[in-house]
Amino acid sequence: MTKIIEPKKQRNIFSRPSSETGIWSWITTVDHKRIGIMYGYAAFFFLLVGGLEALLLRIQLSQPDNNFLSAAEYNAMFTMHGTTMIFLAIMPISAAFFNYLLPLQIGARDVAFPRLNALSFWIFIAGGLFLYSTFLFGTAGAPEGGYLDEEVSRLASAPNGGWFGYQPNAGLKYSPGTAMDYWAIGLQILGIASLVSAFNFITTILNMRTKGMRLMRMPVFTWMTFAVSFLLAFSLPIIAIALFFVTFDRQFGTTFFLTEGGGDPVLWQHLFWLFGHPEVYILILPAFGIVSEVLPTFSRKPLFGYPAIVFAGFGIAFIGFGVWAHHMFASAISPVAQAGFGLSTMIIAVPTGVKIFNWLGTIWGGKLTLNTPMLFALGFIGMFVIGGLSGVTHSVVPADTQQTDTYYIVAHFHYVLFGGALFGIFSGLYFWFPKVWGRMYNETMGKIHFWLMLIGFNVTFGPMHWLGLQGQVRRTWVYAEETNLGFWNLIVTIGAFILAVAILVFMANWIYSRRKGEKAPFDPWDARTIEWSIPSPTPVWNFSKAPEIKSLDDFWHQKYGEDEDGRAVRREGTDELLLKLEEEGLNPDEEIHLPSPSYFPLILAFGLPFLGYAIIYKSVPLALVGVILLLIGGFGWGTEPLEEEFETSEENPDAKESSTYE
Amino acid sequence: MPKNLLPMSDAHAYPHEPTGVETRKLGFWIFLSTEILFFGTLITTFLIFKGRDFPGIKLTDVYDIPFTSVSSFVLLMSSLTMVLAHNALETDDQEKTRVWLLATAMLGAVFLAGQIYEFTEFYHKGFELSTNIFSSTFYVLTGFHGLHVFIGVVLLLALWGVGQRQRGLSLNEGMNLEFIALYWHFVDIVWIVLFTVVYLI
Repeated sequence: MTKIIEPKKQRNIFSRPSSETGIWSWITTVDHKRIGIMYGYAAFFFLLVGGLEALLLRIQLSQPDNNFLSAAEYNAMFTMHGTTMIFLAIMPISAAFFNYLLPLQIGARDVAFPRLNALSFWIFIAGGLFLYSTFLFGTAGAPEGGYLDEEVSRLASAPNGGWFGYQPNAGLKYSPGTAMDYWAIGLQILGIASLVSAFNFITTILNMRTKGMRLMRMPVFTWMTFAVSFLLAFSLPIIAIALFFVTFDRQFGTTFFLTEGGGDPVLWQHLFWLFGHPEVYILILPAFGIVSEVLPTFSRKPLFGYPAIVFAGFGIAFIGFGVWAHHMFASAISPVAQAGFGLSTMIIAVPTGVKIFNWLGTIWGGKLTLNTPMLFALGFIGMFVIGGLSGVTHSVVPADTQQTDTYYIVAHFHYVLFGGALFGIFSGLYFWFPKVWGRMYNETMGKIHFWLMLIGFNVTFGPMHWLGLQGQVRRTWVYAEETNLGFWNLIVTIGAFILAVAILVFMANWIYSRRKGEKAPFDPWDARTIEWSIPSPTPVWNFSKAPEIKSLDDFWHQKYGEDEDGRAVRREGTDELLLKLEEEGLNPDEEIHLPSPSYFPLILAFGLPFLGYAIIYKSVPLALVGVILLLIGGFGWGTEPLEEEFETSEENPDAKESSTYE
Repeated sequence: MPKNLLPMSDAHAYPHEPTGVETRKLGFWIFLSTEILFFGTLITTFLIFKGRDFPGIKLTDVYDIPFTSVSSFVLLMSSLTMVLAHNALETDDQEKTRVWLLATAMLGAVFLAGQIYEFTEFYHKGFELSTNIFSSTFYVLTGFHGLHVFIGVVLLLALWGVGQRQRGLSLNEGMNLEFIALYWHFVDIVWIVLFTVVYLI
């Protein structure tokens, strides 16, 4: 029978939260699965917001000389679209996958630091709300004699300096008002969230692996999580300092990036891209991990060249720190630097190509099941290759200086981040849907979603290549009729609306299948990794017994052996094994300790936005509120007993033996 | 409390630690590795601007190396007292641990006082935060370090406070003396680099 030991109530600032259902149980949860789900929903919400912003941009550009949006509104929209999609949609959706899957894939009960995990999530929420509160409280002005003569609407009162906030444009002189401060401090807060989760995931992967889960037996998704966590841990401090400088420049009159006081605007570009390029891989590597799980499952073949794909992932992560200046070929860097960074940009295509060939090798000769996750994974490969190839063209410096700040660049990074990252993410959302919810998604709707998305995506971003080469400049609010750019811009806008419809189909499928979907077996895909060896939906305790791993793709090898020709043959007794696994998974016969929920991550996290407001408005009371929240959170956290006193259940007074896990 | 139960802590011991390093300590090392990037970026910025020729008052016009050397010495000595606190706790000498902890915190506070005094002096000599790029990089770099020392002092005092409890401190639970010691030594080492880079070269 199930015995979950309840922590005894102890006195602290607050007593331990105790609800197990309802909203408080979610707010105080430290369960990696619940945190993952909350990350997912919050990130999807921001994806919709960012998508709406994109639609507004596209409506404005659908015709020449349009005035649907004012110039100021347009600037705010493209800045918020980029910032939202990168920091509030793709990164946290990846974090949702990390949270939910990582402990399951390495056979752990939770992440290494469950409360820190909750802290990351709440800081992300606090940072997102802080950034978006600019629409309520922020002001965006324009320099004297600037473009802004009309009255500024709320829509325009958002950050408007571009998602990479180039200096001095994003400085006080050319972007007066508080909106860019919201941007700088908002990103700072969001950075803390990612940094904290990076410590957590690195430690989890190194130290929480179950018996026999050697590094080279870890699923590729776990490997990519590992690589991404290192990228986060080593790139975010750089942008944190750069954002500090920006805030100092804007608030306290320093001149780090302003030539008037001896500062250097190009320094901002270096610091930003030294973070920004690893960031690109932070966005794409999780999708690499996801398709590396999906493709072998539906090709019914092991992943082709597992070590190659792992090392290529780390190769990308490592070289990713050495290519940043290819974003800056049009700025003042020396020819030697241009040549060097052009070369390193070509070199980083090599490990990426290795991965592509590994995936092709995986599906080559496989018995393919073309269901929704597989279609998205295949779509991912195709779209990512296009995006990758247009990326390599940027390594040719003379060509790049022509392409810089045109729609060609916009096309390139959308092929990588939408056709790449987001397709991979959708593949994963469908793939693990049964594991998370215990129900199957609707396959027909899933396929409609895929085809609409593939078509809509290419109609949207394909024409941007030639629009860019024809000279349409990025971030311009209007174009003249005589430029003859109108036709393709209209097509692009139509594509954007097809994408919107595709997202609606996805949402309908999700809502329908969550309630009415078929009950899912725990291993619906005949999958390979151990998260499929436990019941669906995943029980709170994950594994009732710590699994012991004997090989790569351990679950597969439990189910399948080989015949003389090396073909996979289902072992005798596999059906019994599966029945036994399900029975065991639902009924752990050991005492299980789960991490206790806590209020303090929430309190600590919501201290940060107050400090942000305090800096912007130079307000001591707000700073005090922030500091007090931080102190309560920190003190409560520190004094919350690490070792709970457990009540031993009546039926089992000698909990000693059974509680030692293993 | 029963000792036989699996401790359900932030870092729960499930089921073993393949690296052989305690989970919380491992997490802390990773945190410190990112701190290197923080200071690395600041120091790089400082060095980039140090080489530039820009008119106006410079650090070399206002600083007082003997004074800063003394306060640096004080900070370095605090690492010694930190080690002594750790040693005392290893032999479970609670009283000595508390004394050395308090001594470390006090030395840290003296260093901070020295920094505040120094900043005020510079300020009066016209070397303000926004005077020019040299003053900005100086204040942000050393100020960021000062903030770390300040947090360290707060942590040390908190640890000292926790040590007043009946049970005293222990090496492997709660607000861990070892982590705070790691942090403190790290901040000290950073200061050695900063002192060299900012004042000496």
